[in-house]
Amino acid sequence: MATSTTNAQAGEGPSPQPDRQGAGPRLGALLHRLDVKGAPYAFVAPFFVVFAAFSFYPLLYTSWISLHRVELATLDVMEWVAFDNYVELWNDARFWNATANTITIGVISTVPQLLMALGLAHLLNYKMRGSLFFRIASLVPYATSVGAAALVFTMLFERDFGMINWMLGLVGMDPVNWEADKWPAQVAISTIVIWRWTGYNALLYLAAMQAIPADRYEAAAIDGASRWKQFTHVTVPGIRSTIVFTIVLSTIGATQLFGEPLIFGQGPNGVTGGADNQYQTLGLLLYEEGWKNYQMGRSATVAWAMFLLLVLVFVAQRLIKRLRSRTS
Amino acid sequence: MTTESLPVRTDAPARTATKKPAARGGRRLLGQRAGRQHHAGPLAYVLLTVTAILSIFPLYWTMVAASTDNTRVSQTPPPFLPGPNLFSNLARAWDEAAMGKAMINSLIVAGVIALSTVMFATLAGFAFAKLRFKGRNVLLMLVIGTMMVPPQLGVVPLFMMMSELGWSQELPAVIFPTLVSAVGVFFMRQYLSEALPDELVEAARVDGAHSLRIFWSIVLPVARPAMAVLFMITFVHAWNDFFWPFVVLDMTNPTVPVALTQLSAGYVRDQSLIMAGALLGTLPLLAMFIVFGRQIVSGIMAGAVKG
Repeated sequence: MATSTTNAQAGEGPSPQPDRQGAGPRLGALLHRLDVKGAPYAFVAPFFVVFAAFSFYPLLYTSWISLHRVELATLDVMEWVAFDNYVELWNDARFWNATANTITIGVISTVPQLLMALGLAHLLNYKMRGSLFFRIASLVPYATSVGAAALVFTMLFERDFGMINWMLGLVGMDPVNWEADKWPAQVAISTIVIWRWTGYNALLYLAAMQAIPADRYEAAAIDGASRWKQFTHVTVPGIRSTIVFTIVLSTIGATQLFGEPLIFGQGPNGVTGGADNQYQTLGLLLYEEGWKNYQMGRSATVAWAMFLLLVLVFVAQRLIKRLRSRTS
Repeated sequence: MTTESLPVRTDAPARTATKKPAARGGRRLLGQRAGRQHHAGPLAYVLLTVTAILSIFPLYWTMVAASTDNTRVSQTPPPFLPGPNLFSNLARAWDEAAMGKAMINSLIVAGVIALSTVMFATLAGFAFAKLRFKGRNVLLMLVIGTMMVPPQLGVVPLFMMMSELGWSQELPAVIFPTLVSAVGVFFMRQYLSEALPDELVEAARVDGAHSLRIFWSIVLPVARPAMAVLFMITFVHAWNDFFWPFVVLDMTNPTVPVALTQLSAGYVRDQSLIMAGALLGTLPLLAMFIVFGRQIVSGIMAGAVKG
């Protein structure tokens, strides 16, 4: 873009060679054409340059590294090991454990989150007083960082003096060991995710709901559809592409889950995802291999496994969708 | 979720071919009556109030815990009302827990990232929305495609790259990879295709203005509201970004989320101090949401997928 400015200015200024002064207007036209043709590329270039350097290249290079043995202390020494990292990962129980945890936490956090967001959006869509307040209030968790949110919830889920066990005690239930037991830990971690993202997703749904034409509701009402029928037959189909979009985003987020379990495990137990890896996700395993066991090659292999998992989930989604549309 | 995930309206021309036109009717811009407008009953108010309490309570309790002391926090029943130590705990967190340095670092990181994202996104968004050039649609599809790539996958090479550049533990390592955002480009493109009339660009062209001049005097004034929203949302994401800063920075030079993990990992756990740190790290964003809440809400909704 800088070049287009200087070029244009040069075109307006006096030409350095007197005998070519007649070429002024033609030069101007040339520069104009150059500007019209070139400027768009100059405008979009910064995005592609930065993306190529810091996202695309690392992504490709990850696969090259995963075929080597590289240690954190000596990053420039790369020893070719072909597919050894992949074979070891395949035979590693921790990998399958982390994959299973990533999937279960992903399901426990995504499904309730999106269902609740749908309900919340429906409520926010009513005409009412204080609607702006309710909208901003549901966005407050989104403004809270993973760090702060995970720290508070870790305290709320504390075994001995945490508020949640205290409230369970009030209704006569035994305290739950939220950190040490597998399923409670996964539920607690999912709670953090759900808390942070429900309101945000609800606003996306709300925006889509407001774009549904009113006459479709009127037509449904004339056909005698109940409020619930209207919700399932007009509202939900009307916002389908938004729902797909949020499913995609949440799935990507779920495969990458890292901060919540790390902080929930509080320091020493964080990276391993609990004393028995009971809530270690693939994100944590990636970090553990690379920055705790100093094996960058293996870490890159885990990254590829995460990517593969993501692809598999989307392929599965596609298949389910196709099967369902065929049966219906 | 560390991926920046500003919502995007995907009913862009690039994708409309796959959609029934009827499904996208009722844009509110047309003044058409859209959406259901029933009045809320008492039950809706009750449910919304409960949701609001659930959304706000953890933050309120952060404040409560940060204002008492360690012994009070570890008693049952837990405290529900603020104690007297809020400011002394905040001051301790600022000094002892490196929160002061972390706040300044985060301000720099989030500020630079938000500024550059807005600038480059507006430039590229303008080109995609209003300029004609070969390969425009292909490039736009590429931009959209890049949104599907989780940034975490490239951390190992990125880390190696940063140590080669001598940037590990330095702020540029966090800033450079996120200088641009695909979501931002798409957001600005959507906004400008609707808000910027073609005639305005044509007229300026006829008057002999070159592209950068058009961008400066015509596009920027029109784009300003969307730029403000994009700035705030990018700022929030950059401030809260966790995985990559955690990998590449250390405790001597952390951002806020990185410093917070250190707070919790200490061997002597001072719960009030931890909560004071968490509160401190959240306050700037909270203040922004209180002042600009309306704009942020409408920005997120304006960018949402519709239809």
